[in-house]
Parts: sequence; structure tokens; C-alpha cells
Amino acid sequence: MADTFDRVKKIVVDRLDVEEEKVTMDASFKEDLEADSLDVVELVMELEDEFDMEIADEEAEKIETVGDAVTYIDSQA
Amino acid sequence: MNFSLEGRTYVIMGVANKRSLAWGIAKSLHEVGARLIFTYANERFEKPVKDLAATLEGQDALFYPCDVTNDDAVAKTFASIKEDVGTIHGIAHCIAFAQKEDLKGEFVDTSRDGYLLAHNISAYSLVAVAREAQPLMSEGGGIVTLTYLGGERVVQNYNVMGVAKASLDASMKYLANDLGKDNIRVNAISAGPIRTLSAKGVGDFNSILKQIEEKAPLRRTVTQEEVGSTAYYLLSDLSQGVTGEIIHVDSGYSILGLS
Repeated sequence: MADTFDRVKKIVVDRLDVEEEKVTMDASFKEDLEADSLDVVELVMELEDEFDMEIADEEAEKIETVGDAVTYIDSQA
Repeated sequence: MNFSLEGRTYVIMGVANKRSLAWGIAKSLHEVGARLIFTYANERFEKPVKDLAATLEGQDALFYPCDVTNDDAVAKTFASIKEDVGTIHGIAHCIAFAQKEDLKGEFVDTSRDGYLLAHNISAYSLVAVAREAQPLMSEGGGIVTLTYLGGERVVQNYNVMGVAKASLDASMKYLANDLGKDNIRVNAISAGPIRTLSAKGVGDFNSILKQIEEKAPLRRTVTQEEVGSTAYYLLSDLSQGVTGEIIHVDSGYSILGLS
């Protein structure tokens, strides 16, 4: 879990150009990290590459926080 | 015949990120010596395109905002380009947009606004750009746009974007006829599905990729680089006699009937 979080965090920091401290499990992509809808799609694609997995549209739509992403990725491992 | 694009200037419209087909085209043209000008829709795309362009060694690129939904903005962009560089030799038009809700479910449910928006940004933009670019292409040149099979046949979920691509294809041909007398060639590349930001907006995109890998004659999807080399062909003297054409860069998928 910790490892997944660190990898997700690195991608979020790179993509959204935000400070590391802001990327917590509870941080919402749209509210707290100021991601627009295109940022969210880009993030999903980066996560798919990083974790070599596919995130279906229905699943991607449910991911609102960093924690949601980490939980989803771990559930697929 | 001159294979190099040294001394020539090309305008690349529509780089969103490193996966963009526009970026694949930019890399190809850069490799053969072209000078590049990038346009971006609004501030959201300014930094990404500038960061990417900075990775092209020795490229002294220029950047201009260009909101293709606004005729004055398009005119202003090309006026600025004319002032700064004078002549251009080609354009890669890699611009499309539809509302996400119109890219799933049934086409019959497309709203009037959604329909007009998709056509405005994805098809009319080529007409507006060609009109403003024409005076800058005084030495002749090429315009390339990106289309998709969904404009020729029905592709699940592609919906209003398919109809907009049909309009784009027809616009491309009429423009080819109008601009041919100025030795400006206009062509389209119909790329097979590639994992870009735009493609991800189409419902259930991952399953489309799988279908290509199983069924296309080459049994694989195509790459951004392959689209880039075809754009190079269409924008260079290699394709001197070619205009009004749609080239499928799709692992052969478009030749299939039932499979």
C-alpha cells in the first residue's frame, strides 16, 4: 500500500505540478489538487502505464481522491 | 527531389501532451530539419507544448495561441505568424473535440449543441485555418489533417465525432480543389486508434485497441511515430502529386469486411 501510494504520488506531483505535501490519501483530484477533466484523463493514463493495468471508464469515474486511486490499484494487484 | 525539410516552416496545431499525434508529427518534421511553429488552444496547453518543444534539440520553435472557434482569433494567429516568419510551407491540423457524453451510448441522442460544437471545432476549424494560411503559403505546400474510420463507417461510441470526421473529410477535398491552383495540397491521415488523450474520451477505448490487435492485418496497433512519418510524406516533396487523399495508417484495419 505504501509503495503504491508513493508511486501514485510521484505521478500526481509530476502531472499536476503540485507540492508533495498536498498529495495525501484524502486529497481530492478536482477540489484539492485543482485537476481539470483533461488532467484526470492524463492521470488515469499515466497510472495505467505505471502499474501496467487497464482502468475501465466506469472505474475511472469513481476515482475522486488519491486514496481511491491507491485502493483501486491495490485491489487489482 | 528534396527529402529534407530544411529551410521550411510548418505549423503544428493541437499538441496536448507527449502522446498527441500532433507531437508525433512534430518529432518527424523536426528530424528532417523543419522549423516548427506550435499553436495551442488556450493557456491550459501553453506550458505542456512549450515543455515538449524544449526537448527538440536545436529547434527554435515559435508558439502562438489559436482559438479555432473564433474567426478573428485564427486571423490574428496567422497575421502574427506572417509578421514573425513570413512564409510557411505547411500545416498539421490535429484538432477535434466533442462532449464526453456524446461519445458513448447512441448517436441518435446527440444534442443540437453537441453536434454543432463537434463540427465547429473538428471540421470547420480546418476551413478557417486553410483560409488564413493560404496567403502565407506563397511557395505552395501541404496541409494535413487527422481523420478516422468512424467518419466512413459506423464505429461504436464514436458517434458525433464520426459525423464530424465525415464533414472534415469532405471539407479536406473541397479545400484541396480550391487551393490546388496555388500548389497547396490538402490531405488527411486516417490513423488507427492510438492511446491519446482524445481517444481516451471515446467510450470503452481499451476494448477498441484489443480488437485491432486481434483483427488488423498487421495484428498490432499503430504508433505516433508511424503517423508522424506519413505526415512527413504528405508535407514533403515525396507526395508531390497527391492531394485530396485519405491515407489509412491503421495496420490495414480499414480493408476488412467481416472478420
